[in-house]
Amino acid sequence: MPKRTDIKKILIIGSGPIIIGQACEFDYSGVQAVKALKEEGYKVVLINSNPATIMTDPEFADATYIEPLTVEFLEKVIAKERPDAVLPTMGGQTGLNLAVEACEKGVFQKYGVEMIGAKYEAIKKAENRDEFKRAMQKIGLDLPKSDFAYTVEEAEKVAEKIGYPVIVRASFTLGGSGSGICSNADELRTTVRMGLDYSMVREVLIEESILGWKEFELEVMRDIKDNFVVICSIENLDPMGVHTGDSITVAPAQTLTDREYQRMRDAARKVMSEIGIETGGSNVQFAVDPRTGRMVIIEMNPRVSRSSALASKATGFPIAKFAAKLAVGLTLDEIPNDITKYTPASFEPSIDYCVVKIPRFAFEKFEGVDNRLTTQMKSVGEVMAIGRTFKEALQKGLRSLETKRFGFGADGKDKVFDLALKTREEYLGFMKSVPNDKALREKIFACAKVPREDRIFYLKYAFLAGYTIEEIYAQTGVDPWFLAQLKQIVDLEKELLDARGHKKVQEALLRRAKEYGFSDRQLGFCWGMKEAPVRAMRKKMGIRPVYKLVDTCAAEFKAYTPYFYSTYEAEDESNPSKKKKVMILGGGPNRIGQGIEFDYCCVHAVLALRKMGYETIMVNSNPETVSTDYDTSDKLFFEPLTLEDVLNIYENEKPVGVILQLGGQTPLNLAKALKANGVKILGTSVEAIDRAEDRDQFKKLLHKIRLSQPANGIASSLEEACEVAKRIGYPIVVRPSYVLGGRAMEIAYDQTSLKKFMKQAVEASGEHPVLIDKFLEDATEIDVDLISDGKTSVVGSVMEHIEEAGIHSGDSASVIPPFSIPRETVEEIVAKTKQIARELGVVGLMNVQYAIQKGQVFCLEVNPRASRTVPFVSKTIGVPLAKLAAQLMVGKTLKDLKFTEEIVPNHVAVKESVFPFVKFPGVDIILSPEMKSTGEVMGIDKDFGKAFYKSQEAAMSRLPRKGTVFISVKDSDKPKIAEIARQFHRSGFKIVSTRGTAQVLKDHRVPVQEILKITEGSPNIADWVRNKKMDLIVNTPSGKGPMLDEGKIRSLAVSFNIPCITTLSAARAALRGLQAVRDDELDVKSIHDYHGVKAAKG
Amino acid sequence: MWFEGVGFGAEGEAFGEVVFNTGLTGYQEILTDPSYKGQMVVMTYPHIGNYGINAADAESSRPWVEGFIIKELSPIVSNYRSEMTLDAFLKRSNIAGIQGIDTRKLVKHLRTVGAKKGVISTREADPKKLVSMAKRSPSIVGVDLVKGVTCQRSYDFNESVPSEFGWGDSRKKQYSLVAVDSGIKWNILRKLNQHGFNVKVVPAHTTAQEILACKPDGLFLSNGPGDPAAVKYLVETVRKLIGKLPMFGICLGHQMIGQALGGKTSKLKFGHHGNNHPVMDLETRKIEITSQNHNFVVDIDSLPKDEVEMTHINLNDKTLEGFRHRKHPVFCVQYHPENAPGPHDSDYLFTRFYELIHKQAG
Repeated sequence: MPKRTDIKKILIIGSGPIIIGQACEFDYSGVQAVKALKEEGYKVVLINSNPATIMTDPEFADATYIEPLTVEFLEKVIAKERPDAVLPTMGGQTGLNLAVEACEKGVFQKYGVEMIGAKYEAIKKAENRDEFKRAMQKIGLDLPKSDFAYTVEEAEKVAEKIGYPVIVRASFTLGGSGSGICSNADELRTTVRMGLDYSMVREVLIEESILGWKEFELEVMRDIKDNFVVICSIENLDPMGVHTGDSITVAPAQTLTDREYQRMRDAARKVMSEIGIETGGSNVQFAVDPRTGRMVIIEMNPRVSRSSALASKATGFPIAKFAAKLAVGLTLDEIPNDITKYTPASFEPSIDYCVVKIPRFAFEKFEGVDNRLTTQMKSVGEVMAIGRTFKEALQKGLRSLETKRFGFGADGKDKVFDLALKTREEYLGFMKSVPNDKALREKIFACAKVPREDRIFYLKYAFLAGYTIEEIYAQTGVDPWFLAQLKQIVDLEKELLDARGHKKVQEALLRRAKEYGFSDRQLGFCWGMKEAPVRAMRKKMGIRPVYKLVDTCAAEFKAYTPYFYSTYEAEDESNPSKKKKVMILGGGPNRIGQGIEFDYCCVHAVLALRKMGYETIMVNSNPETVSTDYDTSDKLFFEPLTLEDVLNIYENEKPVGVILQLGGQTPLNLAKALKANGVKILGTSVEAIDRAEDRDQFKKLLHKIRLSQPANGIASSLEEACEVAKRIGYPIVVRPSYVLGGRAMEIAYDQTSLKKFMKQAVEASGEHPVLIDKFLEDATEIDVDLISDGKTSVVGSVMEHIEEAGIHSGDSASVIPPFSIPRETVEEIVAKTKQIARELGVVGLMNVQYAIQKGQVFCLEVNPRASRTVPFVSKTIGVPLAKLAAQLMVGKTLKDLKFTEEIVPNHVAVKESVFPFVKFPGVDIILSPEMKSTGEVMGIDKDFGKAFYKSQEAAMSRLPRKGTVFISVKDSDKPKIAEIARQFHRSGFKIVSTRGTAQVLKDHRVPVQEILKITEGSPNIADWVRNKKMDLIVNTPSGKGPMLDEGKIRSLAVSFNIPCITTLSAARAALRGLQAVRDDELDVKSIHDYHGVKAAKG
Repeated sequence: MWFEGVGFGAEGEAFGEVVFNTGLTGYQEILTDPSYKGQMVVMTYPHIGNYGINAADAESSRPWVEGFIIKELSPIVSNYRSEMTLDAFLKRSNIAGIQGIDTRKLVKHLRTVGAKKGVISTREADPKKLVSMAKRSPSIVGVDLVKGVTCQRSYDFNESVPSEFGWGDSRKKQYSLVAVDSGIKWNILRKLNQHGFNVKVVPAHTTAQEILACKPDGLFLSNGPGDPAAVKYLVETVRKLIGKLPMFGICLGHQMIGQALGGKTSKLKFGHHGNNHPVMDLETRKIEITSQNHNFVVDIDSLPKDEVEMTHINLNDKTLEGFRHRKHPVFCVQYHPENAPGPHDSDYLFTRFYELIHKQAG
């Protein structure tokens, strides 16, 4: 069917900030959709609040709005742009929910906007559990027994009827929020209460537990003519009970006969028809009882998803791109398969390798968090690995995770409870003793049952402890097929360990070990050797990886798209060219502190270098990203970012150099080792990176350019730390070196807290010393991004943080241009930053952090690499810094690129951070030097107040324009709180406080209602929160401790979705925001209009 | 080209034409499909044997492949339906398998040079000798392989599809069919039963008169192995029956009808073997994902246009996938609507056959 000509302009809704359950995959799908629609000749309008996305770059959509994803702003964009249609299926659950809400409020009808891709009715049918259940029953599909509840009491009745354990699922939420497994009425009540609050429709489903069943997912597509294809089947290693996003998953399905598989396919097809997904991609999830084969349907998502991104990367079939084309009326047979060119998209990919996805967690960042995996998603990122076998893919995946592992154990990082197995001898000792240590055996076995992030290793320890496949299966529900594969790895590992010192045996085993995915590091561990000699021995034997193509068709047709993975086999297909090429290392899995911002920078480098005529080679392991779209670079290697894997590609491809500084800490950590192996590093030298990281060299550098730094010292032990503390005086900041996101970074006010923090810091720091700084209290923090060609430097922007120094820069709101510091100080900072760059010889990007205390500028740290703020700055000033940086690294100058002067924007941009606290009930939400945010949004407008207001709106922590504000602050803030409270009062807010703060306000004649603390009886502050009797909370923490009253209040506020401000500076900013929206109507403006640029032609 | 791997299944030496199959599931159905007589199959998916072997999924009484080539045999089986390991199944049937080779390299070779004669040996280790042995082995071109797989005498087949796995309901049996067995797959017979036919299976060499003597309401022509041009006697039978009986052919059956109408067959470079081939029904313009297993095709241009109408086309390579007679109630497809293994998209063809006969009868 030809594409539709009755629509000309299409609005795409993005997914907003990165949160748990929604990450880069929607940038990937959004970019694909924009490109696909423009290719078909449509005008595309985009709304997304996340500045760190490629999709919001001006060259993609015709008009891009970085505005909050709320109905109010969506309507403003629609009113201004008047699109004919909206495509709501590319922006994750956020996009879908926003479209549903806008539709229900009549916005689309009012402006004559048609929903394409998924109609309102279809979305409702898929998302509303009751409607979904009825629909499934209608087409004869089996479901777990279930019923709905709208109150806690109803829920209890339903649960009793079904029988415990039951699963609670909230309707219409994000990534499974408000869901959980309950084995008794107590747990049920808690979970249901939360679920009702999360649900947009205050509804929860109570469901028969099918824990331990096998879990499957089909990624499917359908077009307007009812043509239907399955793109990929996925089987979870973790059985039912763990959210798919938190499960290790494998493509394709491994344990289904064709009969069972086709039954599933038929079911998925029926689901698509019945729900009414006329065009596009969806995923359908099933559970299968391993004993009887009974198959039940779990759910379907009528949109592209994280799984569809995974399926696209796993097969080479670009689901989002084709979904966009189907949405405008094309049919699958009318779209060519990019990879084969001559065959159409109307087929089902076949693959001749195995794909494993492993989630990445960040529990270490959240004290007191429940780290068991449940039906509520908790992972912050994921890796994908491809191998010819499951074993190879799994081990590659485990070493891609950036958890310092090098495979499935025997890598010096095994830790059985508190027992660290760092050496071969310790490992052998454990292997020898554990089968006879009854208590330890049983403890391991018990631990294998409970899904946690390291469960996969406990499966291994259970094998080492002598348990059989059957026993472990009975205990864990992990399918025997997977267990048998793991056992094969364990068995080979034993052979490897035995081969120490037997060169002949080692040589005989080497090839098989590589085929099983063992890294050189693991082999070195087994043989008591370092990695380098293993590598040398391997190469001498001629055992090198070959690179195979991902081609959608299992080699049936010739493939034209250069998308590769490594394996140890006979034939290599990579066919390196003789062109000048540059290799770019990506950022690996998303985790807190390392996310989409770095993928953005890498993609920019690729785009810029391609344009210059270089062949670009991308290496990355994160399936969500734009960088791993085979369309992005000239050659894509889906590989772990370890020394071994990167060197292998380097030696195979022989590029002119490697760019490391754009992928964040992951590639930067490889800098020294790569250089030592003769790799040419482009841009800022490894020595310069070292000078910035090495405490002594850094001190000398600052001294040389006469820049102060907080008093400091280094320590490798607690004793040394106490020594330093004595010298410089508390409070002090403790931080490990060479980490990202302030990992294990803390402020210690006394020796007791120092003790606790040092232990964590030493662990995180590894062989490097821990850095100790004097903490600057009440200081303003400044971030500067700079670009340099080695001679000339230009500051991209100076950003002022709203929160004071001491809160991780990734967690602060930051503002361009600075709003409170004097111009001379800004100028001084710009000058000093340029001096640092010159001194270090920076070629590319650099980020410097400063604190200003009582007018004095202190330099906190220098990072000679792209920072998290590069996309934010680029979008604000309208200059693509990462693109320029890549060009500088291959020899261009800033003069060549015509960027020699700082840009002072005529508008204000605020970057606000977004936190995952809602997924971690009970965790205190206060901010600290350890980064906790998962993503960011940007508010942009004429002045500070408006921009800030938008940023809060976009961060889904909407400032109420009126109502009740609860104010309670720590003692040191009390002198300053009266003025803030007075302004809230003047803005029409009612103020309530507990005793201490209330007294201060009364003393200053600010009207306040005093309410009880939790310990003072009821109704107390907690009841106020639960009953949502307040609209805003201002609560500055007196110290850490989730057990304290204040911690409980903050945590509760998150659960009940009440915005909570935890610093006075943020409270002041909020007041300015409220002021701004009271005086004036908010408006929307496209990035193109801000910067006077046009999109590239489609 | 030669590969060194690890043997499984039976020991010994096996010869055959090497073809690859891209199905991710369904190795048991593939092994037991009589159309693979004379061939050795390479599975492109690396992990094979994961779910074992069970009686219910067999497509005939035994495996027919000459040899089985895979990347990795599963160390265990994991499926509630499994009754036997793949290894034991092949041993029992005296079929040699090889694992641990770069199957992708082999597949790319076959894709480039076309299906080739091959040998698997657990006896001879000299690659040169093996290559010349393979070269000397008989070709399947021009050879009638049907006579080796067809039934010896006729029988009635009364089993329908199983009630599980959502195959759909069975229609009341109203018509009788003769199904010519050139290597027929059991699921075709089950499907014919399900769609309302009493089925009498007859050997491939049964004459037209013998078939007419059964007084069937229709004739079914099955799939089968090898070169269709070598099965002249069946072409002859079909020619005599066109216009006398409503007719439906699958795979080799399609090629028989094509030849009976004057068409020519030719060999594809490496054939179609897999579960993911897109075929368009030219009447409805709808696409079905089909299960395929054939090396030969009927050349579109060789068919008389005034008598024959093309109904189905392969969207990958635009080859002929189905046609019907303009005057007589005769139609056929090159692919496998009985879908064992494979997607269930093409089931409507059996309904179409039923309706065709119903119209003739009514």
